[in-house]
Amino acid sequence: MELLTLTIDGREVCVPKGTTVLEACRMNNIPIPTLCHAPELTAAGACRLCIVQIEGMRNLPPSCVTQVTPGMKVETQNPKVLNARKTILELLVANHPLDCMTCQKLGNCSLAEYAYEYGVTGKKYQGEKRHLPIDDANPYILRDLNKCILCGKCIATCEAVTERNVIGFAYRGFSAKVSTFMDTDLKDSSCVYCNRCVAICPVGALMDKNMIGKGRAWELSTEEVTCTFCDSGCKFDINSKNGKVVGVTAKSAANGRPLCLKGRIGSDFRYNSDRTELPFINQEGEFVQVTWGEFLGLGDIVEKINSLTK
Amino acid sequence: MAENKRILVCAGTGCASSGAHKIIDVLQEEIVRQGIQDSVSVVPTGCHGFCEQGPTLIIEPQQTLYTQVKSEDIPEIVAQDLMEGKLVERLLYIDPLTQKPATTFANSNFFAKQVRFVLKNCGFIDPEKIQDYVDNDGYKGLANALKMSPDEVVEEVKKAGLRGRGGAGFPTGLKWGFCRNSPGNKKYVICNADEGDPGAFMDRGVLEGDPHSVIEGMLIGAYAIGADEGYVYCRAEYPLAIKHMEIAIAQAEEAGYLGDNIMNSGFNFRLRIRAGAGAFVCGEETALMASIEGRRGMPNVRPPFPAQSGLWGKPTNINNVETWSSVPHILKNGADWYTQYGTEKSKGTKIFALTGKINNTGLVEVPMGTTLRDILFDIGGGIQNGKAFKAVQIGGPSGGCLPDSMLDLQVDYDTLTKAGAMVGSGGLVVMDETTCMVDIARFFLDFSQKESCGKCTPCREGNKRMWDILDRITKGEGKLEDLDTLENLALVIKETSLCGLGQNSPNPVLATLKYFRDEFEAHILDHKCPAHVCTALLTYSIDEEKCKGCGLCAKNCPVGCITGEKKEPHKIDASACIKCGSCLEKCKFDAVIRL
Repeated sequence: MELLTLTIDGREVCVPKGTTVLEACRMNNIPIPTLCHAPELTAAGACRLCIVQIEGMRNLPPSCVTQVTPGMKVETQNPKVLNARKTILELLVANHPLDCMTCQKLGNCSLAEYAYEYGVTGKKYQGEKRHLPIDDANPYILRDLNKCILCGKCIATCEAVTERNVIGFAYRGFSAKVSTFMDTDLKDSSCVYCNRCVAICPVGALMDKNMIGKGRAWELSTEEVTCTFCDSGCKFDINSKNGKVVGVTAKSAANGRPLCLKGRIGSDFRYNSDRTELPFINQEGEFVQVTWGEFLGLGDIVEKINSLTK
Repeated sequence: MAENKRILVCAGTGCASSGAHKIIDVLQEEIVRQGIQDSVSVVPTGCHGFCEQGPTLIIEPQQTLYTQVKSEDIPEIVAQDLMEGKLVERLLYIDPLTQKPATTFANSNFFAKQVRFVLKNCGFIDPEKIQDYVDNDGYKGLANALKMSPDEVVEEVKKAGLRGRGGAGFPTGLKWGFCRNSPGNKKYVICNADEGDPGAFMDRGVLEGDPHSVIEGMLIGAYAIGADEGYVYCRAEYPLAIKHMEIAIAQAEEAGYLGDNIMNSGFNFRLRIRAGAGAFVCGEETALMASIEGRRGMPNVRPPFPAQSGLWGKPTNINNVETWSSVPHILKNGADWYTQYGTEKSKGTKIFALTGKINNTGLVEVPMGTTLRDILFDIGGGIQNGKAFKAVQIGGPSGGCLPDSMLDLQVDYDTLTKAGAMVGSGGLVVMDETTCMVDIARFFLDFSQKESCGKCTPCREGNKRMWDILDRITKGEGKLEDLDTLENLALVIKETSLCGLGQNSPNPVLATLKYFRDEFEAHILDHKCPAHVCTALLTYSIDEEKCKGCGLCAKNCPVGCITGEKKEPHKIDASACIKCGSCLEKCKFDAVIRL
C-alpha cells in the first residue's frame, strides 16, 4: 500500500493513498465535526461542517471529499476554520425548534453535541423559522422536518435499497426540504418503514415512534444481534433500559436488506402477558398444554437428562 | 425606385413583444400594394441589440436605421423611403447626448463604438435560413478546423486566449485540453444556455439571431475534444431561442454539417436540445448535467470535474453560448487576429446587456478592456431623464455594485474581480440617484436566496439570514453591529459554499458595504433612506405655504388619510398613511414633502 505524508496542525502523519483528509484526521485522533458524512454512502459534501484550511487551496475545502496529496498542509483548528464552523452551526440552530428538553434524540443528537462543543446558543440569528406540519400519521416513524438539517443521509440510505427511493429533495432555498413523491405523509408513500433513515438521521427529525418516552439515550444499553424471526439474518441493535428491551435500531444501508416490521417491533412479544412458556397441541379440536418433551416427541428424554445433571 | 432593398426587421423577443410581427405583415402588404415586391424583401432577423428603441428596422443597402416603428408608420416608410429614397426623419434615432439624428445604423453612437463579431450576424441575417449564415462566411471556421489536427485546434484556442464568457472566465483552450486528454471513447460537449442572471440576455440574442454560430462553435469544440454528441441546455423561458435552434439543427443536419462524416472528414457529431425547468442553479455545470440526466438540478462536489466524469459519467466539456459563438471566428481568422482585441489577460470581445436606468437598453459588444464609462455613456447614452449615475451592478446576483469612482475601470475579468464585482455573464444593471443601495443588495440576495438549491448549509441558511438582516435595516430596525454580522456571514458563505452560486451570492452585499456604507449607516443611525425608497423610513407631509387646497391629493389618496377644507392647506394623517406616494405624484404645487 502506497503511503503519503502530510502535515495536519503542524504534525506529520502518514496515511494510505486515496484517503480523504477527514479519514486522515480521524485515523490520527484529530476531531472533525461532521453531519452529512456516512462512510458507507456516496459523499455529499453538503453540511460543510468538516471544512479545514489547506495551504494553496482556494476557500475552506470540506475534508470529507478532499483527497490527501503528498506534502499537503492542513489546519483543522485555526481561528478562521473554527469561526466558519461555529457560523454554520449557528445557522443550523437558527432554523431549529430548540425543544431539546423534550426531544427524544437528546443525548444522541449530533447537532446538540456540536452546538455544545462550539458554544452555539441559538441567539445569534433571529428570523423566520420553518413551521412545517409534523408527520405523525403512521405508527412507526415520527417525522418532524422542522428539526431536519438537510444533510441528505436519509435520502441516500433510502436510495441504496433496491426499488425504494421513497424520498428526495424538493423545493428551493429556505423552502428546500426532504419530501416523498408529491410531498405526502409517509403513510401515503411507498415507504415500508425499514427505519434505516431513522437510524442514520443525526438529529431528531426522524424518530422511532416505538421508542418515544421509553428512555433517554444515556439510559439505554445497546447490543448488536442478528434477527431470528426469519432466515434473512438482518442485523440490528437491541436497546434496553434497566435490563428491559425497549426497542431496536435498524442498521444502515450497506449491511444487507432492510429490517422488516417483524424484526423491528417483534421485540414487544417478549413482554406480552399472554405469552406462554409451554407449547400447545391440538387434540381432537382442543388445544392442550403439554411439555416441550412431549411436543417434540422426545418421550421422557428431557426428564432423564435433567435427572442426570442434578 | 430602382435598386434592390432589404428591410431587416428585428423579430427577437424584445421587438416581437412590442409588435414586430405586425410590422412585418403590414410591410409585406404595403410592398405588394405598391407593386415593389420584386425589388424589396422583408427579412425577419434576430436582435439588433437596440432594444430600448424597438421595434427597429434597418434598410439595406443604405443601412438606414428606423427606431420605435409602429405599424401605422409603415405606409410612410414605404412611400417615402422605399419609393422616393427620402429619409423619414421623425423615425431616426436621436442621440440623447448630442441630440443629433443618426441617419445610418453605423453612424449612431450606439453602434459606431462597438466591435461586433459575435453579434455580427444578429439582426442582419434570417436566423431561420442556414443559407444566410453560409453566405456570411458561415461554417468556414469548421472547414478550417477539420483541416487541422484536434490538438492543433485546442492549441489555436489556447493561443487566442479565449476565456469562458459564462462567468468565471476559465481559459477555454485549457478546459478543452483537459477533456481531450481525459481517457474514454465517449465524450460530450454541452452548450450552457441556461442564462438566468437578472438583466442578462446576450445568450438569448445570439441563439435567436445567429443559432448556427453556436452549432459551428460546438462542432469545432467536439472535433477538438473527440466528442460525438452534444446538448444545448436552454432555459424553457426562451421559446424563440429553442425554436430557432431546432430549425438550425434540422437544417444543419440536412446540409451535412451535423451527422456522420461531416464535410467528408470522418468526424461525426449529433446535437440535441434539452429545455431546463426553471432553476437558476442549473447554470452551474454539475447541476446542469444532473438536470440533463433527469435528476434534480443540484450541484455536486468536484473533483471529479466534468472533464473527467461529467454527463452520464463520461468526460464532458461545457461552455456557454457566447463562448461557443466566439470559437468559429477564431478558427476562421486565426488566434493572432483574435488577440488584437482585449487586454493582456482578457482577449477578444464581450457582449454586455445594458439594463436599468440607462437610455440605450440593449445588447452591446465591445473589446475587453473598454472602460465602464465608454460602455455606459458613449454607447449606452447615459442615464435616463438626465438623472445622476449612482452605481452599476455587474455580473448579476454574483457580481457587485460599482460606484461612479470606478467608471474608468477597464472591464476585464481580473480588474473587475479585484474591484469586488465580476464580468459574470455580462449583465450591466444601471442605477441612478433614486436607487437605494441597501434595497438593491436585498433584491439580489432575495434572488440568490430563493434560487439556492438547498444542498449546502451556508448558502441555504446563510443567505436567508443575510436577507433577514438587510430587511430589518430597510425597515429602520437595524443595528450598527449588524454590519459586522453581515460581513462575517458573507465571508463564511463565500469560503464554505459548495458551488459558484453560494460562493458568489454575498458579493452584492460586500460590494455595497464597501462602496455605499454611508447609506447603510443612514438607515441604521438616522432611520432615513437617502434615496427615498424604503417606505418604512419615509414620512409624507404637506407644506402649508405651498398647498392651495385644491383637494387633488385627498381625492387620489387610496386610504383617505388626507383631510382639509377647500382652498385651505390640507393635512396628512401619518398614522394612516400607507406611503404610496400618489399625493406626491398628483400635487401640481410641489406641496407634498417626502422625508
